[in-house]
Amino acid sequence: MSNYAIETVGLNYNFGAQAVVKNLSLQVPKGSIYGFLGPNGAGKTTTIKILLNLLQSPSDQVFIFGKEINSNRIASLKRMGSLVEQPAIYGHLTGKENLLNRCILLGIRKSKCAEMLSLVGLTDAANKKAGKYSLGMKQRLGIALALISDPELLLLDEPTNGLDPNGIIEIRNLMIDLTAKHGKTILVSSHLLAEIERTATHVGIINKGELLFQGTIGALQDLSKPAVKIETDHQEKAISILKNEGIETTPIDELTFSIAYIDKAAMGKINTLLVNNGVSVYSISKERKDLENLFLDITSKN
Amino acid sequence: MRSLYISYISEFYKSRKTLAFWAAIILPVLICGLIAVGYYFNAEKVLKYNYPGMVLWGQYSGASLGVMGMLILPFYVMFMAFSVNNIEHKNDTWKTLFAQPLNKLSIYAAKYLYAVVLLFICLLLFAFLTFTSGYILQMLVPKYTFNDYNPFLVLSKYYTKLFLASLGILSVQFVFSLIWSDFLKPMGIGFVGIIGGIITANVGWAYAYLIPYSAPTLALRITRVSKNAKPEDFPIFTQEIWVSLAVAAAMFIIGYFILLKRNIK
Repeated sequence: MSNYAIETVGLNYNFGAQAVVKNLSLQVPKGSIYGFLGPNGAGKTTTIKILLNLLQSPSDQVFIFGKEINSNRIASLKRMGSLVEQPAIYGHLTGKENLLNRCILLGIRKSKCAEMLSLVGLTDAANKKAGKYSLGMKQRLGIALALISDPELLLLDEPTNGLDPNGIIEIRNLMIDLTAKHGKTILVSSHLLAEIERTATHVGIINKGELLFQGTIGALQDLSKPAVKIETDHQEKAISILKNEGIETTPIDELTFSIAYIDKAAMGKINTLLVNNGVSVYSISKERKDLENLFLDITSKN
Repeated sequence: MRSLYISYISEFYKSRKTLAFWAAIILPVLICGLIAVGYYFNAEKVLKYNYPGMVLWGQYSGASLGVMGMLILPFYVMFMAFSVNNIEHKNDTWKTLFAQPLNKLSIYAAKYLYAVVLLFICLLLFAFLTFTSGYILQMLVPKYTFNDYNPFLVLSKYYTKLFLASLGILSVQFVFSLIWSDFLKPMGIGFVGIIGGIITANVGWAYAYLIPYSAPTLALRITRVSKNAKPEDFPIFTQEIWVSLAVAAAMFIIGYFILLKRNIK
C-alpha cells in the first residue's frame, strides 16, 4: 500500500506543442497539508485538473492512493473532493439547492447539506440564489461542495481567493482541523507562500511546469540559511582581513557584504577583528531570508 | 445505469427553475388554452360550417398543430437544446460535473435524455390538452360534434410522428450548443436551418427529407394529405422520420466525442 495520497511519476502534459507540465513527480503523503506553490501560470491548475482526470494523463504517471487514475477513475474520484479555479456553482439555484444537487449526484443523505452550510458559515444565506453571493460566499460554497462527500483527499485550488482576512483564517483552521482530527489529506495550491506557510506540512514549488522544490516545510526553511550582514567604512580592507582568516564573504553593495552566520560569539569576534584592524563597523546584524523571498528566489531562478 | 439515473434526476433538479423546463408545460397550456377559448367564444361562427365530428377535430387539432409544429416546436427544440447545455457553460460547471465519480457517458446521456424527455412531455401535453379540451368544449357547447369521432388514435400518431421528426433537429442543436457556449451561433444556425427546412419542404424539393430541419414540416404535410382519405391510416415511419432518427443517433455519438475532446482543452 502506497504511503502517498497522490503520486505522479515523471508526469508530462502538453497543450498542443506547449509543455505545461514537465517531468513532474509529486509525492503527497497521506495526512499532510501539501502546499502546491507557484506563480500564476506555473501549471498548478493544469496539474490539479490532471489529478481529477479532467485532463487525460499518460498512463502510469498519476496514482491516487496508489491506484493508477485512468484505469480507476471513478474509484479515485470517489475519494476526492475538489475546488478548481473559481467555484463552479449554479447561479440560478440557492446555496442549499446547489448542495442538494450534489447530494443527488453523489447519493448522499440530504441532511448533510445543513451541516455543510453551517460549517462554512452560510446557514443564513442558504436560501439566497448563489448567483447573488459575494465572491467570498461563492468560495465558501465551493468548499462546502468539495467537502460534502466527506472525501479522504481534498484538492483545493486557491481556496482563499476572494476571502477576507477572517475568511482566510477560518479556511486555514478548517484545513488544520480536517487533517488533524479527521485524517484527511489536503493539496492546496496558492501563488502566495505566506498564505500556506502556517498550515502546510509539505511544500511543492512549481514554475513553468517544473517542480523546483519538494519536501517538508522544515526542509524549505533549512534552505534559507541565516547570514551576517556587515556594513563598514572600508569594504575591500574588511573583506581581505576576513579572507586571511579563511572566512568567505559575499558583497551586497559598495558598503555592505555578508558572511555565513555561525553563532553570536563568532559575530562578536568578527566585529572585534575588524575594529582592531582599523575598520569602522557601522552595523553588523543577523539576517534571515524569509520564505517569501526564498520562494521568489527559487521560482525566479528557472 | 445508476450513474445515468442519478445524473438524469440531477438534470431535472437543476433545471426545474429554468425557462426551458417551464416552457415545456406553458407552451402547450397556452396554445391549447387560447385555441379552446377561441372555439368557445366563436362557437357560432364554427357551428355555421356544420362540420362533421372528424372534420371538426381536424380543424381543431390542426390549429395547434399548424402553429406549433411548423414554427414554435422547432424553435422550442432549439432553445431547449441550448438551455440544457448552457446551464453548464454559463456556470462553468462542466469541470465539476466531470470531477464527480460518475461515468462520463452517463452524464452526457442523461443530458441528452433529459432534452428528449422534455420534448416528449411538451408534445404529450399538446396531445392530451387538445384531446381533453375538445371534449370539454363539447360539454360547454353541446351543439359541437366532437363526440361523433374519437381522435385518440389519429392524435397519438400525429404527435408521435412530430416527436420523432423533431429528434433530428434536437440532436443537431444539442451538439451545436455543446460546442458553442454563446447563444447566437447555435440559434443563428438553427434559425437558418429551420427557415431552409420549411422552404425546401414546401417547394417539394425531392431531397428535402434528408434535411433534419424539414422533417417536422414534412411530417405534418404528409399527414394532412392522407387525412382526407382515412384519418388514422398514415404511416409513422416515413423517409424523413428515418432520416431524423439516423441523424439523432449519429449526433448523439458525435456529441459524446466532442464532449470528451472539449474537456481535454
